[in-house]
Amino acid sequence: MTIEARLFATLREGRGKVLKVELGDGATVADLAGRLSIDRKDVAILLVGGRDARLDRPLSDGEIVSIFPPVGGG
Amino acid sequence: MYGYNGKILRVNLTDRSIKTEALDEAKARKYIGGRGLGTKMMMDEVDPSVDALSPANKLMIVTGPLTGTATPTGGRYMAVTKSPLTGTIASSNSGGYFGAELKFAGWDAIVFEGKASAPVYLNVVDDKVELLDAGKLWGKVLSETTDALEQAHGDKARILAIGPAGERLSLLAAIMNDRWRAAGRSGVGAVMGSKNLKAVVVKGSGKVAVADEAALKEAFAVCMKKIKDNGVTGTGLPTYGTAVLVNIINENGVFPTNNFQESVFDKAEEISGEALAEKYLKKKDPCFRCPIACGRYCEVDDIKGGGPEYETIWAFGGDCGVSSLKDVIKANYWCNEYGIDTISAGATLAAAMELYQKGLVKKTEFGDGPELKFGNADSIVEWTKRMGAGTGFGAKLAKGSYRLCESYGVPELSMTVKKQELPAYDPRGIMGHGVQYATSNRGGCHVRGYMISPEILGLPEKLDRLETAGKPGWVKIFQDFTASIDSVGLCLFTSFAMGADDYAALYNAVCGTKITGADFVTSGERIWNIEKQYNLAAGIGPDQDTLPPRLLEEPVPAGPSKGRVHPLSQMLPEYYSLRGWDAKGIPTKGKLSELGL
Repeated sequence: MTIEARLFATLREGRGKVLKVELGDGATVADLAGRLSIDRKDVAILLVGGRDARLDRPLSDGEIVSIFPPVGGG
Repeated sequence: MYGYNGKILRVNLTDRSIKTEALDEAKARKYIGGRGLGTKMMMDEVDPSVDALSPANKLMIVTGPLTGTATPTGGRYMAVTKSPLTGTIASSNSGGYFGAELKFAGWDAIVFEGKASAPVYLNVVDDKVELLDAGKLWGKVLSETTDALEQAHGDKARILAIGPAGERLSLLAAIMNDRWRAAGRSGVGAVMGSKNLKAVVVKGSGKVAVADEAALKEAFAVCMKKIKDNGVTGTGLPTYGTAVLVNIINENGVFPTNNFQESVFDKAEEISGEALAEKYLKKKDPCFRCPIACGRYCEVDDIKGGGPEYETIWAFGGDCGVSSLKDVIKANYWCNEYGIDTISAGATLAAAMELYQKGLVKKTEFGDGPELKFGNADSIVEWTKRMGAGTGFGAKLAKGSYRLCESYGVPELSMTVKKQELPAYDPRGIMGHGVQYATSNRGGCHVRGYMISPEILGLPEKLDRLETAGKPGWVKIFQDFTASIDSVGLCLFTSFAMGADDYAALYNAVCGTKITGADFVTSGERIWNIEKQYNLAAGIGPDQDTLPPRLLEEPVPAGPSKGRVHPLSQMLPEYYSLRGWDAKGIPTKGKLSELGL
């Protein structure tokens, strides 16, 4: 399946902004983070389809995953 | 007294008298300082039913006990007055260096009364205070005003001033200090303009007396470690400033777009904090004693200066459908020059764009100006200038979106609460934040209880933004806690990392008291309730604890919050009950008595 990974702030360094990632069936968000070499401690805000998600959430083909490091405050 | 200087400067602009008064110690202990003390002084001195732009209103510049001390971010002051925009109590907070300098000069607060017969400014050099002629400064923008005053009084002077918007009584006018820091909201700059007061210049040579230097050093170290270790205050804000929120809020589907007609902006990346850092950021621009340094300094074409903040980028960007970050920076610059609140300015342009989109505003009304059309980048810069100068259609814009929309018979198109423009978060997808917007004592505002912290950022813990259960209780605690932070003289951003006990420790070390974290929050609840009392006496009742009809009735059309409206009526009864108020939203005698009110 193909997942769209959207990375933000410092997570873009060396990786890019928007990536299409091929993953096997049953893969989770943690598998995606592992494929992109993103350390769990750098995952502060995690969204799948714009909703809060956890690293153990299974993914489906075509889903959009947004990952932010610790940032924010307005 | 420790922490406080024990002195208030009272300036009557009508008869030009300048008096020194002793700070009422009991009042200061009970209401802390800043927002709390200022509101109590307003309650005692200014009839809430007064016309906000009449000489009977007063303008109070109030510091906190930690302002000017060796505490993290200890440089804040509050401008407290009755708001001409909302009719509520107004208290607008600002950083920079002015607040600390006022403490160094030996004052806790300045109270301005009456109205000068011609433009004046106040010059304060420690206890030497004089009113001087500001005739030559009237009409000048902030950079010109500040340059002239620095030339006259030296570049060590700290300067607070209004721009042409405040002089012309724009209801969106801010009080500016240190060139581009703003006590931005609720039209406080118009109150200053109504008094013919152009500026306040301060130089101080003293220092704030601290009760226990060793305890302060220890509490400071604990707080600094928390700020540095926290991902938001230690890394996120220092690296990207507040603008990094653009993508976060947009990815969550709560980024109001085209005057809240939509909640996702497809060009958000172009106006994001990441884009700002890559293209236009020149340096950080920190406030007094701030270890976070979220302030930005940007350059574009021949424009340079402070900002833009997240809220500003949203207001002129997404809310106006504009994706040109360059033009957003220019609009921000002109807001700072004319002295206008960037949130209300951008949101008012967005409302005008919807009026034009719906055919209610005719093209001819723009005269030789650009069309106020969603996505038209030229229009946000030019109309910000004309709003500031009050020329042509700009004079209508200068009154804010509520009065603009009302004049076309459609006040419901104004995205305001209590006539103040809502900031950069669509409450249809953030349940607690919607309650906070509706109940804010100064109208549409995000910093009276920043529920974005738990509902989006996950601090101090992550809450589901679409869940309603338990949220009214969170809103109450955030509102009370914030009221105390706003009163003590520190920046609200410290609360991403620090808890109530940390503030109490700093306060105790400076003031020589023994309050607990719980006492600190209770003071905030007292402040919240006295603000509410002021508003009720001013005729702003619980019927105004609401949201614009669009947010209650029109479902979000697309994106992660698709189909949502805000269920406010289901949440308000619990909020009122937790506040100890009656079912109609009026504080009970029992609650007021419990708080010593």
